[in-house]
Amino acid sequence: MRVATIATQDDFDGWRLEARELACAGVPAGEVTWRVGDEFGDLLASAGGAAPAVAGVMPFSVPRPFLDLARAAIRHSDPERFGLLYSMLLRLRAMPLLIQDQTDPLLRRIEAMAKEVRRDIHKMRAFLRFREVGEGEQRGFVAWFEPTHHIVRANAAFFIDRFASMRWSILTPELSLHWDGETLREAPGAQRADAPDGDPLEETWKTYYASIFNPARVKIGAMLKEMPRKYWKNMPETALVSSLIAGAQARESAMVATSRENLGGNVAGSWEALREEAMGCTRCPLYKDATQTVFGEGPLDARLMFVGEQPGDQEDIAGKPFIGPAGQMFDRALAQAGLDRARSYVTNAVKHFKYEQRGKRRIHSKPNAGEIQACRWWYGQERELIRPAVTVALGATAARQMLGKAVTISGARGIAHRLEDGSEGWATIHPSFLLRIHERDEADAEFGRFVEDLKRVKDRLTALA
Amino acid sequence: MAQLDTREKLAILADAAKYDASCASSGTAKRSSRDGKGLGSTDGGMGICHAYAPDGRCISLLKILLTNSCIFDCHYCINRKSSNVRRARFTVDEVVQLTLAFYRRNYIEGLFLSSGIIRSSDYTMEQIVEVARRLREDHQFRGYIHLKTIPDADPELVHQAGLYADRLSINVELPTASGLKRLAPEKSGVRIEGAMGDLKGAIEDGQDARKHYRSAPKFAPAGQSTQMIVGADSANDAEIIGSASRLYDQFRLRRVYYSAFSPIPDASTILPLKRPPLIREHRLYQSDWMMRFYGFAAHEVTAAAGDDGMLPLDMDPKLAWALKFRGVFPVDINRAPKEMLLRVPGLGTKAVAAILSSRRTHALRLGDVARLAVSLKKIRPFIVAADWRPVALADCVFPLLEAKSTAQLELFAA
Ligand code: SF4
Repeated sequence: MRVATIATQDDFDGWRLEARELACAGVPAGEVTWRVGDEFGDLLASAGGAAPAVAGVMPFSVPRPFLDLARAAIRHSDPERFGLLYSMLLRLRAMPLLIQDQTDPLLRRIEAMAKEVRRDIHKMRAFLRFREVGEGEQRGFVAWFEPTHHIVRANAAFFIDRFASMRWSILTPELSLHWDGETLREAPGAQRADAPDGDPLEETWKTYYASIFNPARVKIGAMLKEMPRKYWKNMPETALVSSLIAGAQARESAMVATSRENLGGNVAGSWEALREEAMGCTRCPLYKDATQTVFGEGPLDARLMFVGEQPGDQEDIAGKPFIGPAGQMFDRALAQAGLDRARSYVTNAVKHFKYEQRGKRRIHSKPNAGEIQACRWWYGQERELIRPAVTVALGATAARQMLGKAVTISGARGIAHRLEDGSEGWATIHPSFLLRIHERDEADAEFGRFVEDLKRVKDRLTALA
Repeated sequence: MAQLDTREKLAILADAAKYDASCASSGTAKRSSRDGKGLGSTDGGMGICHAYAPDGRCISLLKILLTNSCIFDCHYCINRKSSNVRRARFTVDEVVQLTLAFYRRNYIEGLFLSSGIIRSSDYTMEQIVEVARRLREDHQFRGYIHLKTIPDADPELVHQAGLYADRLSINVELPTASGLKRLAPEKSGVRIEGAMGDLKGAIEDGQDARKHYRSAPKFAPAGQSTQMIVGADSANDAEIIGSASRLYDQFRLRRVYYSAFSPIPDASTILPLKRPPLIREHRLYQSDWMMRFYGFAAHEVTAAAGDDGMLPLDMDPKLAWALKFRGVFPVDINRAPKEMLLRVPGLGTKAVAAILSSRRTHALRLGDVARLAVSLKKIRPFIVAADWRPVALADCVFPLLEAKSTAQLELFAA
């Protein structure tokens, strides 16, 4: 058994010298025990000094990427790293191309170590917090940090680059760094109690942390992934996390509630603007063949909203909903039920006319699920503005838009549906269905049922008032 | 009104800035304070996130407004004139001192300053520039500075801003012109894009000048970026991706940020009062990655969208694309060119680099791929390896994946 000793946990140059010597002597990886000189005292002084002269060692080359990889991986806390790197070195010496084989299990293990080290280095740069001590000439900054790997020395240059004009100390369990504005001094590890506990500015920083957080977007998993709990204990702001999360729901509801209360009285302007925006809609292909967008119509404070299917031939030309034959049928039924169309908001589930050209005639065709879904945006916006107490879906397409899922009219008819916003929805037939019944008695009976549905809606409106 | 102290102002003016999605401190020139005179450094690379908020977003810069008072009345904006929020205004010196104090304690990488518009665009821009000037000249601050410029401001002021800042940004605000017209009637898309065009020109001139004279001052070395709000107007994903890609090309933007519209206190009635569609925002960022790192063209990404122009919410857009264009799969791990490997769902740029490197030494088997990628399960149906061919499997995996994609409706529910 050979014992190879290197000066410190992160002594890459020492490892390199030892490894080269062992490799040249043909010592197999299994026969080497790696030891780190345990104290900083004398060994530290000699590390980085003149390399011990190695007689008869022929230099040999290893692929450059391996050196970079080993330099990082050697800082890992796994005690096996020296031996693993040495094994890899021996294999690479025999077969340099192996460095390209990223599927090699040993290489992967070393890569993974290097990755963890790089991450730890990065996290130290990110999560280390300085605290101010002293005043005037004596002013300085002290930080306490607990790295997972042996990375403190590797990070010294970063902190000097950044904070060269400050006096600072970084204390860690293994090694401390002291910068006086000109030179860097290393010292043995410290204890948490050696570092100051708070900084007057921390309250201000916490104020910032709490204020920049948007309670409507809580994503705890994403936060934990980037800021694992092990780093939390030395970061002042993380003390706020649990209360911020706990209060988020209430803050979001309050935000929505205030915005509902303070409506600002610009519903009419909003609706006009929305309608105008809808005129240019290209969310689905239906805009291409239709003449224009047929937007909803009616008083903006209506308590009753009717949702039709889609505009027909005449609506498409006039730009108004429910004015063709079905619209006239609808008006007749409303009158019989004692409802006033002028006091209702009337719109369609899909705002563009979809048709097939047959000779000179444009024959209505049913919008598909994608088109209904695309047009849902406008429907949703109209509902936000009108906020009807009762909504009546006329036909299956309208019911699908209102309920957000496909239903049959026979199944959905005659019952109150609770809608997303808490209001009430009803479904019935589309008046064009009545136009397609040729049998007189049957048509009358269906018309009667339709009027009955509308009467029920009228009763609900009164009851909900 | 009683005077607010700095901390109270900070609470108000950071709160008002939290709707802005951009936060990165990446891609600027390398600087340090080794000379012992100044404060701060940048490493020229990715920048550092110093903390994460419970909303999952990183805190890299001190992101605040100079003031949340505004003469405009944009409906999507909490700071609009007609809003009832509490108003506050920092002095230039307060911002400078806060930035330095936070920076010294290693809380931040620098400052991201934006502002409501007060008095006039020029006046506001002057104040913003003055903060940056004091940081850079009086305090030799070498950390990161990102300034939000005001589209109407005097080009000379914008030019000065570019000499102090690492990055400049102008928000396009909304992905469609009609949305902008409805929600921000006082802003003009033409003016915003005009200002972005000017910035692009200035950035290129700056780069040119430095080719000839090394001493020429750096102008916004981290380039320009923009943000658009998602979910407040009718734009679907395809339209959003289309306008983002146009902005990238036309103005050579470094980044387009998406900010899911958030319900805001005292909102205007024009706005949806729904929970922000966070998944949608995430999918848009993934589509951005597809274009920036995986070599997809904008029209290819939008081809992954459904009939309604929306990307599926229950799978990433790369997978959605692969399912639509399953004809190009399976891809042979051992022979396919890099461009094709990058299109395999589940293979990122690092895994692809590792595959390319490894297959020079031997033919890769499924087990090898498993060691290089995060999840083999996702990749398997799309690849051929030395010991693997996904014959019938494709046909039973695809329908399964597709059946899940009907959830979109519910996810948007209030
Ligand atoms: S049918 Fe609806 S979604 Fe499609 S283009 Fe017309 S308005 Fe837009």
